[in-house]
Amino acid sequence: MNWNSASEFFAMGGYGLYVWGSFGVCAVVLALEPYLLSRRRQAILRSLRRHALAERMDQEIG
Amino acid sequence: MLAVMRRDLLLAMRRKTEVLTALFFFIIVTSLFPLGIGPESALLRKIAPGVLWVGALLATMLGLQRMFASDHADGTLEQMVLSPTPLFFLVAGKNAAHWLVSGLPLVVLAPLLGVQFDLDPESLGVLTLGLLLGTPVLSLVGAIGAALTLGVRGGGVLLSLLVLPLYIPTLIFGAGAVQAHTSGLGAGGHLSLLAALLAMALFFAPWATTAALRISLE
Amino acid sequence: MSNRIVNWFKFASPYSFYPVAGKMMPWFWALAAVFGVAGLWIGFFVAPTDATQGEGYRIIFIHVPASWLSMFIYLVMAMWAGIGLALNTRLAGMMAQALAPTGAIMAFLSLWTGAFWGKPMWGTWWVWDARLTSELILFFLYLGFIALQAAIDDPRRADKAGAILALVGVVNVPIIYFSVKWWNTLHQGSSVSLTKSPSMAQTMLWGMLLMALAFWMYSLAVALKRLRTIILEREAHTDWVQNLAEVRAPANLTEVPA
Repeated sequence: MNWNSASEFFAMGGYGLYVWGSFGVCAVVLALEPYLLSRRRQAILRSLRRHALAERMDQEIG
Repeated sequence: MLAVMRRDLLLAMRRKTEVLTALFFFIIVTSLFPLGIGPESALLRKIAPGVLWVGALLATMLGLQRMFASDHADGTLEQMVLSPTPLFFLVAGKNAAHWLVSGLPLVVLAPLLGVQFDLDPESLGVLTLGLLLGTPVLSLVGAIGAALTLGVRGGGVLLSLLVLPLYIPTLIFGAGAVQAHTSGLGAGGHLSLLAALLAMALFFAPWATTAALRISLE
Repeated sequence: MSNRIVNWFKFASPYSFYPVAGKMMPWFWALAAVFGVAGLWIGFFVAPTDATQGEGYRIIFIHVPASWLSMFIYLVMAMWAGIGLALNTRLAGMMAQALAPTGAIMAFLSLWTGAFWGKPMWGTWWVWDARLTSELILFFLYLGFIALQAAIDDPRRADKAGAILALVGVVNVPIIYFSVKWWNTLHQGSSVSLTKSPSMAQTMLWGMLLMALAFWMYSLAVALKRLRTIILEREAHTDWVQNLAEVRAPANLTEVPA
């Protein structure tokens, strides 16, 4: 174990800003990427469903 | 190939304004730097190679689209692709014409502009030789970008984004040659590397350009 | 023997690969999590404090993996783009398209963490170190690829044009790296360099390796996820997409899909 307490861990021997600035941005970006992809996937699925529904309606009417 | 070259040169002569605009751009941009930075000669001598080379890069980029765009617009390009002559030679001809009209004038102008930066004659020589070796590379590599972005919207800016990273080695060796010379290390190494870049570009770039043209036209 | 060859090519179409990618994804997410936790554990709790750089050096546990991945992904992207160009297949081109943003993100993280590492160590947010500068240029190459594909409307033309650009890029990357290294050594007054890494304790090396594996698994998972979405977008007109379970509209016609 390197750290005697939680506060030591967060301070990172004075380098806290830089270490957590790096790890933090990294965590945010690597979480954002799949999240935005999920939204993109939902968007295309929604549009495909609407299209299928429209076709079904066309068939019902025609 | 010579026929294509001659035709392109003729067209360029008829549309002189485009060519001259790029050259004036080179002149103006390189003059902007001393105005922005200050007239102190020691500093100017230091930044001169970089400024002149970056100016040459940007001026070349301005003229790149001209290589294929107008022929593409009036259908001549498709005729060229369909003709029995291998596209490789047609591309080579266009590249040569482009360099003669865009690159060579830069090479000629550079020593004159270098005087603005208080460069000594030997350094001017190294600069000019470097540009002589480097501007063809810029034309050859730029042609690939021009072919890829043919008819694409946002073409000009996109072309810059694509091509400028590829220009960086030429810039480094070209400007570095002058700096090496002024610091006494001798420009030989840099100039040989530029020559190597030129050799590689001469062999490989036209192939990539031909492939890119076919893709853009199909 | 010929059975095996046929089997490989069976997955070369978007239709057949879509479900395969879907099944592979959870495994890669799991591996990414496992390697990530292990790597971070070692990075924070096992690897000792560095003699010269104190705790600040721990940034290498993401900086180095991000750099490696950014370069690796570029090579793989160029490879798939090249295969798509040579064999005229759609899926390979789609894979290249799927990899590009992830690679660009890795390059960005490498630059960001490089700056955050450099500031406390060398005093400035940016150092024109050969590796960082090459990384910046790689980032531009990624952006160029993405921009070119975004600007071309026809997806097949976008695939092929991107392939040419990626292949030209791949050939240029060693040249660019060499020229930047040359430029850097000639201009260096003091020899500050991010390439001078602390002498590696075993544990540090292990931490980096595990994090690199974690990033690699993550990249695979995310790229496959993006690939599946790209397949849906580009194959939207096909029967198999419209018949997918996810797409089948609810039986009740009056129900408006969410």
